[in-house]
Amino acid sequence: MQSLATESAAEQHPGQGRKQSLRQKLAPWLFVLPFFALYVLFLAYPAIRVCYLSFTNSDIAGQGHFIGLDNYVTLFHDGDFWASVVHTGYFVLLTVVPNTLMGFLLALLVVRQKRLRLFVLACFFLPFILPVSVVSDTANWVLDPNFGIVNLLAGTNFAWFQDPALAMPAVAAVTIWWTVGLNMLLFIAGLQNIPQEYYEAAAIDGANRFHRFLNITCPLIWPVASLVLLLQLILQFKIFDQIYLLTLGGPFNSTVVVLLYMYRQGFQQGRGGYAATIALMLVLIIIVVSLIQFRVLRIKRASR
Amino acid sequence: MKGKRFSILGALCTLLTLAMALAWIFPIYWITITSLKTEDQTIVVPPSFFPWPPIFDAFVYVLQTSPFIRWYINTIVVSVTVTFFSILFGLMCGYGLSQLRFPGRNLVYTSILVGFMLPFSALAVPLFMMLNHFKLVNTFPGLILPQIVVPLSVIVFKQFFDDVPRDFRDAALMDGASNWRILFRIYLPLNWNITWAMAIVTFIGTWNNFFWPLIITNSTPMLTIPVGMTQIQLAYGVQFAEICATAVLASIPTAATYILFQKRVTQGVIAVAGIK
Repeated sequence: MQSLATESAAEQHPGQGRKQSLRQKLAPWLFVLPFFALYVLFLAYPAIRVCYLSFTNSDIAGQGHFIGLDNYVTLFHDGDFWASVVHTGYFVLLTVVPNTLMGFLLALLVVRQKRLRLFVLACFFLPFILPVSVVSDTANWVLDPNFGIVNLLAGTNFAWFQDPALAMPAVAAVTIWWTVGLNMLLFIAGLQNIPQEYYEAAAIDGANRFHRFLNITCPLIWPVASLVLLLQLILQFKIFDQIYLLTLGGPFNSTVVVLLYMYRQGFQQGRGGYAATIALMLVLIIIVVSLIQFRVLRIKRASR
Repeated sequence: MKGKRFSILGALCTLLTLAMALAWIFPIYWITITSLKTEDQTIVVPPSFFPWPPIFDAFVYVLQTSPFIRWYINTIVVSVTVTFFSILFGLMCGYGLSQLRFPGRNLVYTSILVGFMLPFSALAVPLFMMLNHFKLVNTFPGLILPQIVVPLSVIVFKQFFDDVPRDFRDAALMDGASNWRILFRIYLPLNWNITWAMAIVTFIGTWNNFFWPLIITNSTPMLTIPVGMTQIQLAYGVQFAEICATAVLASIPTAATYILFQKRVTQGVIAVAGIK
């Protein structure tokens, strides 16, 4: 198959065969090169560079020298860093599973609808396509302590983003409101892939709704659920935007997450080398946790 | 009897779904109507849910007193350029990896797969240093170039091209068509829906991108909408109608894109997540 192009070219231009074949060999690179060159420049090179930077005391302009493992030693004893890891973990706990379950629940509700379907689907999905700054403006206004509609309707005056106990759950709730539509769509796609005949056959055999849900829907939706869980896990560990806009790490640094800490160290304190170390630790954490989750989900799947 | 019980259950379910959908969309409705009030009306208790007549003072104020239009143009330039090149290069690279055989092909594909798993935000420090070195901070190339690299679109296009029957390409080659012709006259039209879906999703994603513009711009005239609108807040303090007007203006392009191309957006986000 691969020589087909060369052959047809050689047929048309007898005598130029050898010259053509070198050109033909390199021609495919023209398709790949525009993307791949940018990829090397703006992704592969920075990825290698970030590893090197973690061994330097470089500032944010890139000026500095090799200091061995000093950054890693500092990081290990840096209480603020570990606090940011704990805050990130807390946010992950508050979002990953609830967001997945909520997406599943909404998908179950939406697929039942016929005439209203497009409308309710749009209602649940629309927040997802808004810029994060609009989401934070919306949250700030709806949850305002004095004039926010939520506090007015509930007769309370919670300062959601200023209370250390409420801030992170409030950011998590806003995140779920914003992004659950994506999970819902993935679950809807999964539910539609389940052949209708399974349900009909089970109904003929006398299985009730609950049993059909438990023995057909749940096992067959599991591959989608584990994918959503994995995507959510990777996504939520990278929490930055909502925190930056809603709490800026406050109150009393109770919502400083890893990327915000990296941002502060790198772009506000100018410690480029140290920020690179923090970034690498985040990548490491994401890889380890994803592998663990992958393992756990696969074992569950195999044991069924 | 049994049938009737079931239809009541179904009606309750529909009612619950509808109630939840309205609750979900309510905050968006709320900022929209707040943007149509005067500042005094926004803090009246109890608040009005259907303010009439609508007042456009907040919009006029935002447009007149902030560089909002400049930011709008910036964001359009960045989003359109990023979308065009990331889709064009994604199509080309996906075609090359899917249909052509050349030395280094596996290396290229493997490294793109690895790159897809790297979180962009972890690379912010070296990326900033590099672009700073080339004096690209606060410039369009600085905003645009890193965002064009979307490994996922290459992977998606490659997978879709893998599914195109080989006969199409073989027949075209027999007729003497070049690979460029085959890509743009056969493979692209055959995969028009997914290309369109990917373009829309890329456009929305770029329009909404907050992290990279935050890092690479700090001069007011070069900001994009998502970063710029946070500056308005800082300047005015708490002025709810104006903040809401800003939010509405910022959302119009992506919200309109979604409402116009609902089906394509759905297809795009599902393809991006890895379920065809």
